[in-house]
Amino acid sequence: MNGSSSHRRFAQAAFAAFLIFALPGTALAASAPDCDWNLDGVKQIANTQQFRGKVLYVDFWASWCAPCVLSFPFMNQLQSALGGQGLQVLAVNMDARSEDEQRFLAAHPARFDVASGENAQCAKNFGVAAMPSSFIVDRAGTIRFVHRGFRPDDAGQLRTEVQQLLANKLAQ
Amino acid sequence: MNRTTGLLLALVFAANAGGCADVQPWERGDLAKPQMALNPNPTNSAMRTHAYVSREAASGGDSAEGGGCGCN
Repeated sequence: MNGSSSHRRFAQAAFAAFLIFALPGTALAASAPDCDWNLDGVKQIANTQQFRGKVLYVDFWASWCAPCVLSFPFMNQLQSALGGQGLQVLAVNMDARSEDEQRFLAAHPARFDVASGENAQCAKNFGVAAMPSSFIVDRAGTIRFVHRGFRPDDAGQLRTEVQQLLANKLAQ
Repeated sequence: MNRTTGLLLALVFAANAGGCADVQPWERGDLAKPQMALNPNPTNSAMRTHAYVSREAASGGDSAEGGGCGCN
């Protein structure tokens, strides 16, 4: 009797762990870590707090990551389509060498904010577990959705999630 | 004797533990380079396997598709 209930408890915990870690897109409700981002070629510094009131799509990428090549056109499209409604895409570069980043950006132009420089601590704070990883932060600064990796098939779901958060206006 | 072996094994493990590093997902850029692959020349390997399978007139043993005449 006792054994079977502990088995059930283990199965429940395993299922919860599966839901949290194994699914590519996970719904969450944690406050977005406070980070200083070097925007516009390290000329401008923006803090996570400064994006309050906007829906923030934070994407951690690197030049050597193949799915990142696919995610850039999607993020360009997302920014141009939903930027007017209060979306800000922020692509955080994780390259060890800035020339790799520059080469990638020359080949895949970004029409959204790109954070350059040293971002390892921010990535740790966000809990980046794969490349790319994207975090969708609502207007109140809470991480609502986390996605590991990027497949073109994910685009529809990501867009739906962003639109869902854009629809929620922040109470003044 | 057994104790010495155990001690030696422990020493070997301890000495090798320094080689283990926690590589973060964003630090895998160098590991992702083609020259870091376990098989550094996949095209060459595929050609060699194809020739081997054709010569043996059998396939499957080398986990390769096709086989036989070597013309496919």
